[in-house]
Amino acid sequence: MKKIAIFIDFKGTELSSYTRTLLGFADTFFGSEVAYYLFSFAGPKQASIPQLKGSVIGYQINAGNSLFAETTELRKLGDQISALSIDEIWLSKSNTSDSVAGIISATLGFQIVPNIKQITQKGDSYLIQKSIFSGKATAHSELSSSHFVGIFPKGFGSDSNAASVEVNFESLDLETSKKYSIIKVDTHEGSIPLPEASIVVGAGRGMKDPGNWGIIEELAQTLHAATACSKPVSDINWRPHHEHVGQTGIKIAPKLYIACGISGAIQHLAGVNGSGKIVVINQDPEAPFFKHADYGIVGDLFDVVPRLTKILKEI
Amino acid sequence: MKILVCISVVPDTTSKISIDSSKGFIDVQGLTYIVGPYDDYALSRAIELKESNGADVVVLHMGTSESEPLIRKCLALGADSAVRIDGIAKNSYQLAKEIASYVEDNPFDLILMGKEAIDYNSGQTHGIVAGLLKMTHFSPVMQLNIDGSNLTLEVEIDGGKAEVSCQLPAVLGCQEPIAEWKIPSMRGIMTARTKEIKILAPSIPSTQALISEEINETNRKQIMIPSDQLQVLVDYLKQDVQL
Ligand SMILES: Cc1cc2nc3c(=O)[nH]c(=O)nc-3n(C[C@H](O)[C@H](O)[C@H](O)COP(=O)(O)OP(=O)(O)OC[C@H]3O[C@@H](n4cnc5c(N)ncnc54)[C@H](O)[C@@H]3O)c2cc1C
Repeated sequence: MKKIAIFIDFKGTELSSYTRTLLGFADTFFGSEVAYYLFSFAGPKQASIPQLKGSVIGYQINAGNSLFAETTELRKLGDQISALSIDEIWLSKSNTSDSVAGIISATLGFQIVPNIKQITQKGDSYLIQKSIFSGKATAHSELSSSHFVGIFPKGFGSDSNAASVEVNFESLDLETSKKYSIIKVDTHEGSIPLPEASIVVGAGRGMKDPGNWGIIEELAQTLHAATACSKPVSDINWRPHHEHVGQTGIKIAPKLYIACGISGAIQHLAGVNGSGKIVVINQDPEAPFFKHADYGIVGDLFDVVPRLTKILKEI
Repeated sequence: MKILVCISVVPDTTSKISIDSSKGFIDVQGLTYIVGPYDDYALSRAIELKESNGADVVVLHMGTSESEPLIRKCLALGADSAVRIDGIAKNSYQLAKEIASYVEDNPFDLILMGKEAIDYNSGQTHGIVAGLLKMTHFSPVMQLNIDGSNLTLEVEIDGGKAEVSCQLPAVLGCQEPIAEWKIPSMRGIMTARTKEIKILAPSIPSTQALISEEINETNRKQIMIPSDQLQVLVDYLKQDVQL
């Protein structure tokens, strides 16, 4: 039976939404012939998770500080994972997943496959589609399914409707003498941070005035989405700089990106090409963005966006 | 202090990527190659540190001789010497092993590179190098200051940023605004001509679990939906992204 380690994240004492979708996917993917080892950094000692068909053992990692684990701690964790004879490790992409995946795979000699868009089984191997060249191309690979570390974008998979079960998380002490200290932490409060959002609503110069953003925010709220903008919009201070996506801004890879009143310049696309699905709303049928969209709507955004929000509110 | 900066050589960010179907790989005809933008930031910061604190800056690249003009550009920017590992890395793990093996023979206090290369966007090389060399690791680092052997860093975290202090040696994945991008000076270009680019044979055989790989352009569906039929869009999205 395969042994799969999955790194899970909590928001407070609740499982984060992207962990839920990843677990939901794993459950359909592996069925019952699997043993799960769930690892959380600084999660609760006991938590409810969706019922999985495979067996579940939970570990709460005590690495001294929940923000960053030390290299020596992660190497210890790698040794523990090795002692458990884990075959594969799955993680959701985050700023910390890269340290965790890199250092653990260095300890175990596992191969890391990042930016997974799709994964299917073929005998003993996996067929994987991963996004490369900032989303401009897709690599289709077949690789051996053991000794593998997969990194999935946040929001990958789908939430399971399974009933919840309580899981106890045994504590796994990795604490070493700290080689670093934290001076200060700043977090953006309130809105959903862009790199974490699984849905993003972007708007550009087609908005005409910063006072018009209400309809974008309402659409975003309805979808639990974050808001983004094109560069000229943040340059003229219509929107804050941390919303600017593109070649010179943040690169996002949500499962859905909805672009309103953005022409689709190549520099903008460089930041959003990694998105799962792209919807473009633009009044100009010739807007270049339509060539890079899954779904296009030619129309006045001031008419389309509120009607779309209304339909979405009803589901 | 010795600083190693590892650079990738990648198609320019605004390149249109098309696929050469006969090779199942991207069509390299007409592509302009650049030093990876994040690596460029890392190099710029290394050179600033050399100017302010004094340091010996070595640039490392694994690739073919076609990358030499770009390695020369790094030397023109102010790096002291360069190493090219003559081979093509099949994945981050192999590249990281090569870097780590070089560093085992030639110790460095600080290893910098971009948070990711913009071709395969793996973002894993620095973490694996740190794991192999048992060095402190942070990424993505947005600010880096050094005082003696003490580093002060600003690191992006999920939903914000943190300021941390740690000791050398360390491996850092870098991103803007860690430094200003630099343009080589005329004098830099002249002196770069005589700087050394050491060529090393790869030391680790590539082992990989990859059985086969084929690359496609990411094709979008380009389905146009009349603006009076938004329900159709919502139905598609329910199916595609489980709205
Ligand atoms: C070196 C460099 C780096 C750059 N980096 C970035 C970057 O990181 N990110 C970025 O975004 N840009 C970047 N740019 C700028 C980029 O080239 C474009 O200029 C920019 O993306 C255009 O922004 P926009 O789409 O909001 O505006 P515009 O190009 O002006 O497009 C506005 C769109 O809104 C549509 N529209 C207008 N009114 C309506 C309406 N009522 N309903 C529906 N649609 C409407 C129009 O048809 C048009 O397509 C960069 C440029 C350079 C040179």
